[in-house]
Amino acid sequence: MTPADTLRFATRAAAGYPLRTALMVLAMSIGVAAVVVLTALGDGARRYVVNEFSALGSNLVIMLPGRTSTGGLSLGNLVTTTPRDLTVRDAEALLRAPDVKRIAPLSVGTAEVSYGGRLRETMAVGTGADYLDIRRFRMAQGQFLPREDLSRAGSSAVLGATLRDELFGAEPAVGRMIRIGDRRLRVIGVLERSGQGLGMNTDELIFVPVATAQAMFNSNTLFRVIVEARDRDALLPAKRQIEEIMRLRRDGELDVTLITQDAVLGTFDRILGALTLAVAGIAAISLAVAGILVMNVMLVAVTQRTGEIGLLKALGASGRSIRLVFLTEAALLSLAGALAGLGLGHAGAWGLRLAFPVLPAWPPDWAVFAGVGTALVTGILFGVMPARRAARLDPVQALAKR
Amino acid sequence: MAQIELRGIERVFTLGDSKVHALHELSVSIEAGEYVAIMGPSGSGKSTLLNLLGLLDRPNAGTYHLEGRDVTTLSPDEQAEVRSRRIGFVFQSFHLVPRLTAAENIALPLMLAGISPAERRSRVAKALKDFGLEQRAGHRPDELSGGQRQRVAIARATIMRPAMILADEPTGNLDRATGQDVTALLEGLNAGGVTLIVVTHDPVMGSRARRRLMMEDGMLMHDDGSPAVSSLQYD
Repeated sequence: MTPADTLRFATRAAAGYPLRTALMVLAMSIGVAAVVVLTALGDGARRYVVNEFSALGSNLVIMLPGRTSTGGLSLGNLVTTTPRDLTVRDAEALLRAPDVKRIAPLSVGTAEVSYGGRLRETMAVGTGADYLDIRRFRMAQGQFLPREDLSRAGSSAVLGATLRDELFGAEPAVGRMIRIGDRRLRVIGVLERSGQGLGMNTDELIFVPVATAQAMFNSNTLFRVIVEARDRDALLPAKRQIEEIMRLRRDGELDVTLITQDAVLGTFDRILGALTLAVAGIAAISLAVAGILVMNVMLVAVTQRTGEIGLLKALGASGRSIRLVFLTEAALLSLAGALAGLGLGHAGAWGLRLAFPVLPAWPPDWAVFAGVGTALVTGILFGVMPARRAARLDPVQALAKR
Repeated sequence: MAQIELRGIERVFTLGDSKVHALHELSVSIEAGEYVAIMGPSGSGKSTLLNLLGLLDRPNAGTYHLEGRDVTTLSPDEQAEVRSRRIGFVFQSFHLVPRLTAAENIALPLMLAGISPAERRSRVAKALKDFGLEQRAGHRPDELSGGQRQRVAIARATIMRPAMILADEPTGNLDRATGQDVTALLEGLNAGGVTLIVVTHDPVMGSRARRRLMMEDGMLMHDDGSPAVSSLQYD
């Protein structure tokens, strides 16, 4: 029997039982579609997070108060668990490190901002002049916070684009006085619209000098200090220098946590990558189930067509020909299922992208190959047993069965 | 040497604990071109004998020489090859593949033998013409009458130009008139030189054969064709 004839015969056989074939293809396609959609979701989440972080710039060290790792039981952490305040003076001290280019202290809280009759509750960020360059923001109008002593509670403010629109509408904002809490501040600039940024939408923020913010929130400690190293290679030396300075300022005890972008990014990348793999693995279980279904369907087909197998043997078909015909049929069912599933999966991913435009839900290439490959391999693997059973049928008994 | 030579054939089936001797000490020779009817009551071993002759079954003991070659010891695939080239089967229940058209059913043995599509087409076209099935070529079995189905089956059995045709109750599922047509068709093939071996209950069909093998309890009780064999031999 030539390969072309085997293929044609198997196709006709599969087409001869449309319902059975359709159900089989459906089962297989659901498995493949699950792999495609779920990996698209997982990988989309990974890419979303990675993109968000890369937007921050890659040569940053973030310092936060407190230490995440504990160094065993000591008298110190028995007495108090609250870390010492991270102050503006601490932040300024970091500038002494040779590999540190600039710093921006952050003090964050919610505040009520009003102008004219309009009132908005929004996040207020207290920081310094360098924050603009560190975060690579651009000004739409006016200028950013002035370069001055960080401990001076100046009365200037910079608005995000959305907040500006909400408070001022069509009026010009720069130069106007706004009220924030019980203080009056002068708007000296408006940021260019930038969109989402790590959960906080920059367009909705108001920026004030850090000392002003601390006075407003009645707090001495900083939320974060963002440190920019000279370049990417200076990241690790800068981190060591910062640790050294902070240790000196804390009588030898290090009570801050330093995070580099790379570490955060790498961790998220790994976690979400593993998650995607896990999800793909779970979806692949449905492919194994579909494989067993292929076997079941093919066993039924062998039973259903016992008489036909007997006839083929009587007409001189070799065991190999019969094995190949049934194996080809199983492979065809799997292939059709895999292709249908691929279509279904891509449609699903497209639906996801439509529903959640921020999520780049594209299935990774490896998942597509793995899904289709697994479908084919399981289908063919589980088709071997029924095919062998068909080839081994006793022709006399097979012919007698009708 | 005769075309078919069976010597001391034994075929035993084990049913549970008991052993059934379907064929017992059976020896028979059949010459090329003979027309043989195997007759006898149910369970006498007729079909078992036909299956052995068609290499669908193996004897427990004894030898089967087909055209001078010992075929009892061949591997299953070698036997399949012999079935493909030398033997045509006609069954009581036609055994057509329901999803294939008449032409495709006839072409089945050619396809299994790996013969090129072009040659297949011309041979099937000729067979359709010979058996008066030209109008029915594209019809599936369920669209054919019983007689047409059996004609398709006979066309399929002869498409590889076999040396012998083995027919198991070929008229059993047909009414008398169509049965006679089919019998005439088979006899026509026999007249063309093909050995025709028919298993039948029907005394009318049996009486038309030139030689009758009467079976009973797995043994050959009566063989009235030996003179015919000798006459053929000296023709």
